[in-house]
Amino acid sequence: MDFKYINIRTRTLMVICVGAILCSLNCDTDETQEVARLTNLVMADEFNIDGAPDPSLWTYEIGDGTAQGLPAGWGNNELQYYTDRPENVRVENGVLIMTANEESFAGSNYTSARITTQGLFEQQYGRFEARIRLPYGKGIWPAFWLLGNDCDQNPWPQCGEIDIMEYLGNQPTVVFGTVHGPGYNAGDSVSKEYQLENDRFDNDFHVFGIEWGPDYINYYVDGDLYQKITPELVDEEAVKDGDPANAGQWVFNRPFYIILNVAVGGNLPGAPNTQTVFPQSMYVDYVRVYN
Amino acid sequence: MKNIKLFKLNKALALGMIMVLVFGCERDVTDDAVPATFPNTAEVFTDAPVGLTDNFFESFNPAEGYNTLDTFEVVDNESYEGTSSIRIDVPSPDNPNGFLAGGIFRDRGAGRDLSGYDALTFWAKASTTATLASVGFGADFEQDKYPVVANGIQLTTNWTKYVIPIPDPSVLVQERGLFSYIAAPFDVLGDGPNGNEIGWTFWLDEIRFENTGTIGQERPQIFNGQDLVQEVFVGSDITISGLGYTVNLASGLDQTVFPSVNYFTFMSSDTSVATVSESGVVSVVGNGTATITAKIGDVSAEGSLEITAEGAFVNAENPTLPASEVLSVYSDSYTNLSGLNVGAFNNGDIAISTQVFDGNEHIAYENLQFVGVGWDTPIDISGYTHVHVDVQLVSAGSSFIVELLDFGPDGVDNGFGDGSAGGFNATGQLIQDQWVGLDIPISSFTNSTGGGGTGLTTFNNIGYVIFVSNSGDVLIDNIYFFNN
Repeated sequence: MDFKYINIRTRTLMVICVGAILCSLNCDTDETQEVARLTNLVMADEFNIDGAPDPSLWTYEIGDGTAQGLPAGWGNNELQYYTDRPENVRVENGVLIMTANEESFAGSNYTSARITTQGLFEQQYGRFEARIRLPYGKGIWPAFWLLGNDCDQNPWPQCGEIDIMEYLGNQPTVVFGTVHGPGYNAGDSVSKEYQLENDRFDNDFHVFGIEWGPDYINYYVDGDLYQKITPELVDEEAVKDGDPANAGQWVFNRPFYIILNVAVGGNLPGAPNTQTVFPQSMYVDYVRVYN
Repeated sequence: MKNIKLFKLNKALALGMIMVLVFGCERDVTDDAVPATFPNTAEVFTDAPVGLTDNFFESFNPAEGYNTLDTFEVVDNESYEGTSSIRIDVPSPDNPNGFLAGGIFRDRGAGRDLSGYDALTFWAKASTTATLASVGFGADFEQDKYPVVANGIQLTTNWTKYVIPIPDPSVLVQERGLFSYIAAPFDVLGDGPNGNEIGWTFWLDEIRFENTGTIGQERPQIFNGQDLVQEVFVGSDITISGLGYTVNLASGLDQTVFPSVNYFTFMSSDTSVATVSESGVVSVVGNGTATITAKIGDVSAEGSLEITAEGAFVNAENPTLPASEVLSVYSDSYTNLSGLNVGAFNNGDIAISTQVFDGNEHIAYENLQFVGVGWDTPIDISGYTHVHVDVQLVSAGSSFIVELLDFGPDGVDNGFGDGSAGGFNATGQLIQDQWVGLDIPISSFTNSTGGGGTGLTTFNNIGYVIFVSNSGDVLIDNIYFFNN
């Protein structure tokens, strides 16, 4: 079950970190978690107006990645073609619905959607959270994540990526939070999974969030803190053998923008199988940002 | 993360205890309002049976091949957890005491309240990577009201946990059937049951009911999830088939089980056209269109049946000859031949059923290539000139041939040494969707038959009436011999 990105050393460290936070929680009489200290709401989309997502906040990334300069499959051998059609993305009954369909479209066998706040809402630091009900099934790979707004000048991974929530549809009780940067990306990223003990992520809505400051990124699910990433940690985790001098650099100190998407297939989840039911939808009740 | 959860749990428990202390003495609900409840004991077997009947393992019927002597044992040399497990030795095909291992475990009391659980779970390992034919719960040898089975559970040589979902736990408020299994010899070569299978062994441990919370994507099914459309007659009955229930487990894998019909609630979109009984039988009561759907609990089932009824079924005309003047094979107006079998032999993919309208039964053959209507003792038709058969052609343009087969003086179906067979081609007389009464002279059965007959020349030991078609659908009624 262990997520393959995690190495043992990371996990041990995480346990220590969580243990430390547990102590502080134990002493905290009002049960206010450290992760949820920021309460000044600066952006919220409650998805209360039916139709296309609010164009003042969201833009679409369309296609298979080639238009964005990536190899087909968004650099991960993903199988979907992203569109802005209501079949793939719409707001209805108070939720944003992002749907992966099995259909032939522009040379792909699946369609889906990927929306971002690039150029419309970008923020450095703060608390980013979304309340989401996830789909399920082998090959379904939804995510709620942030990218640094300078990837055109400082190509990934130098521009930084904060994956607030990623999920594989064939592991319906597990989500994971990850950061990517120089020397710690792809298979060497710093990541941790969070497993529900008596529930699943496709049965109901759950809140996924981070609180991000100058020297920390705290990950939580439904108010449970499960990962704290610091400059010291990424420096220790980074692979430095033969890598550039900036391997392990903390790059999470500039504005980032939000991305929501549902990928189909790709290197991480593998392709859908015969048991995968289509369509599959991710339901987003809200996206909120505090500082 | 786990620690945090435990911490919260402890807090919740403490809070619960405080609430018990505070509110424990309040009694604002009368005793009369409290329904009788049964224990909710989860464990079925840990290191020993938990609350089961004294005989613990109760075998399925030995007459069906179940071995009651050699298969079941609690052992101390193997276990997933604790000290003991259940060892089941699946017999070889030639075991004189039976080749199947299977039975149930029953609650020793009046039953358990399982409504707080969402799955039966157990651990198993096997001597080889064989498949458990079925495993489940709900069979109690009494009412068998809520059985559920999963078929084809692939075991491994390592201890592995298996999860059998409960379709609607809320109905299991007094359940005695706590576990059931069936295992057959291992078909190593995968070439079907032919006696070359081998015996094998598997172990079961930690059998219990659990509230896992990790079962999702409940998908009940009727008609195997298909949306069927059918034209029917008023007065006909249709049994809802293809019942299933699929969920997605925490492992990400789907698990399908086959629940009793009693887990389902059936609905008709128009009860003036069709009604559905609790046991899943659709009764067509009026003209029009109705859609039959189902649910388990609040979850709608995949699959439906849309029926359109256009009037009542018209039965074949009743024969008017007195019984003393006919030799009847099959008719509601007379006595059928003893041991009548409307499918004594037939092509493999035929569908044979009998249907009753207004108390009058007829036979329906679908995809008919050949079928023999047989009976116990050969009959002498030498005193009769004709045979009568009522036929309704259902499929357009199909051929229809009637054959008679005589066993000969030895009275045995052993070729045409002493017997004979002949056919009569009635294709040209049939009218689609209408009953046609064929009165065929016995002397007309002169055609060669599919079975090698060259014409009917013997008449004292008729053993079969045979119908032949090119995969057509026909209805048959009132087969009798008479004098014209």
